[in-house]
Amino acid sequence: MHEKVDVLIIGSGASGAAVAWSLAETKMRILCLEQGEWMKQSDYPSNGRDYEARVFSDYATSPNIRQRPSDYPINDDNSPIKVVNFNAVGGSTVMYTAHYPRLHPSDFRVRSLDGVADDWPIDYTTLEPFFAENDRMTGVSGLAGDPAYPTHEPPMPPLPLGKTGAKIGKTMNQLGWHWWPSDSAIATTEYDGRAPCINLGHCTPACAQGAKASTDITYWPHAIRAGVELRTSCRVREILTGPDGMATGVIYYDIDGIEQFQPAEVIIMACNGVGTPRLLLNSTSGRFPNGLANSSCLLGKNLMFHPWAHVSGYVDEPMDGHRGPPLCLWSQEFYETDRSRGFLRGFNFQFNRTMGVGTEAMNAEANGLLPWGEAHHDTFRAMVGHRMSVGICTEDLPEEHNRVTLDPVLKDRHGIPAPRIDYAIGDNTNRMLDFAIERGKEILAAANARQVHTVRPVVYGGWHLLGTARMGNDPERSVVNSWGRSHDVKNLFIVDGSIFVTSGGVNPTCTIQALALYIADAMKQRLATLFD
Amino acid sequence: MNEQPLNDAEIADLRCLAGLIIPASAKYDVPGADDPVIFADIVNSIGRDGNTVRAALAALRTLSGAPLADLDAGRRTEVAAKLRAEGGVPVSVLTRIVMLCYYCDERVMLSLGLEPRAPFPKGHIVEQGDWSLLDPVRVRKPFWRQAS
Repeated sequence: MHEKVDVLIIGSGASGAAVAWSLAETKMRILCLEQGEWMKQSDYPSNGRDYEARVFSDYATSPNIRQRPSDYPINDDNSPIKVVNFNAVGGSTVMYTAHYPRLHPSDFRVRSLDGVADDWPIDYTTLEPFFAENDRMTGVSGLAGDPAYPTHEPPMPPLPLGKTGAKIGKTMNQLGWHWWPSDSAIATTEYDGRAPCINLGHCTPACAQGAKASTDITYWPHAIRAGVELRTSCRVREILTGPDGMATGVIYYDIDGIEQFQPAEVIIMACNGVGTPRLLLNSTSGRFPNGLANSSCLLGKNLMFHPWAHVSGYVDEPMDGHRGPPLCLWSQEFYETDRSRGFLRGFNFQFNRTMGVGTEAMNAEANGLLPWGEAHHDTFRAMVGHRMSVGICTEDLPEEHNRVTLDPVLKDRHGIPAPRIDYAIGDNTNRMLDFAIERGKEILAAANARQVHTVRPVVYGGWHLLGTARMGNDPERSVVNSWGRSHDVKNLFIVDGSIFVTSGGVNPTCTIQALALYIADAMKQRLATLFD
Repeated sequence: MNEQPLNDAEIADLRCLAGLIIPASAKYDVPGADDPVIFADIVNSIGRDGNTVRAALAALRTLSGAPLADLDAGRRTEVAAKLRAEGGVPVSVLTRIVMLCYYCDERVMLSLGLEPRAPFPKGHIVEQGDWSLLDPVRVRKPFWRQAS
């Protein structure tokens, strides 16, 4: 048995890293168990000529395809959107596109403003100082003055517009619609030991240069220097509880597959919206027969993705193509509710630079735009470097039938039951997608694009795993309270995306990390009364 | 996983099909996907997709009824078109491997005016662009909803 620690964090990704760093100043003994390993930038795909092909093997976004030893299988057969993630130190921040918007103030008041779902127990103002702290720790590039957001000052200047951004800007101005340089977790100047981005253009499957802010190179070096221990290749099987109903520690499998017990005073879950309910549902006992922290029976329910679509076409002007970070601009023109549109809530457009030439050919062929045979060459040469693409990220509303449960058959390599996803895109979101795709087509038409085509939904687009252990003041309607503590187990906290009450319509990583910092701060404020 | 390597007949069909998908072009002075170097890369790249590629080739053989190379040119094209229309995921996977290997070849990349290299460490130049384009948006009043 290991020596007892004060705080045990499970998962080292976006939220686990942030909470570890923040709590380190308490000088408590803090341990993080991570099922993956430290990654090496020299192993990342963009070091090699085969960088595009590796997206379909060891750097596939789906753990079911990737099948690294650190991955666990997910039965997502009953979902039109497949779960994508990465399991390593840094978690899915190793494999994300670093598009880094905040949730908007209205996202925290959905019930009050629009009469749907539930309000959060906290608001934008509560999180504002933690957004700023997280921007500073992460190193965010962007441009102050966006009229779609409350004022904030990203610490670095925005990513370059390039040819693609300029074309999009002209087009959006023509339509009179909002656009703005994205907040991005990508360095554009020297920042905390990171060099400014050199536009490798293959950001999502890990940044070989280290300009992209994954937490293995942002929070973790600081947390470890401050005394936090990070133990890798350790997969937690279950959380144990004592006769008083408090968590006592965890059972995990170490790098050699040996079962270990790690006792702890406080346990913090940071395993994302699938991994956290999976582990808690696996932590059953006589006192907690339906899983830990599940007296509300809401654990695993209300799973939200952001159903995604793309509208693309080919323009006459040369675009940036595979050069530069894929995402550089957003539009929040249709973010806030307008009931005349036939749906509630909204979405954001994300404008993409495009992919490597092999991926472009593959996608064009798959979309029926690129012929086989003699005509292949002429057709493709007119396409290369001319694609303009509009990504659509829609808000997903919580619905209890969308859920994570334990698969009765599928297990990971340690024999731990795997998660099963049951999910359907809701009616409101489908109406939103209809509307958004039409607006996307208007953008492409205004740009004089040809061969306009749509992908709906993006199947391997389940990046954002939210809502499966929601926060709230009512223990019957939520899993954790307004500062992340389980209603049922007073030394168990959750800091990842599973505590989102609603999803907003933007990428959540920035808000997940701000939440983790806010919860860490709340814990620090209450150290003497943490379990009251 | 545990995929078995393709047998000689499957390799022959795959090579013929690759050449039908992307034939050589005298106009652009590029080889086809059945070029020896490119095709070797295709075979080496099948990896964990072996069973899926084998399923695509089985469907191909069902349609062709004989080694693809033994058919006349018109019939080969006809079979390939039918395979593309009806082959589903296995054919998509096979095509993906062909595309990614073809558009990695040095001769092909150079003919497209692209440097045949990994993105790192050289990276790319992306111009700043005309930031004055943002002026109409800068003067817009805040339109986020107040909520407290």
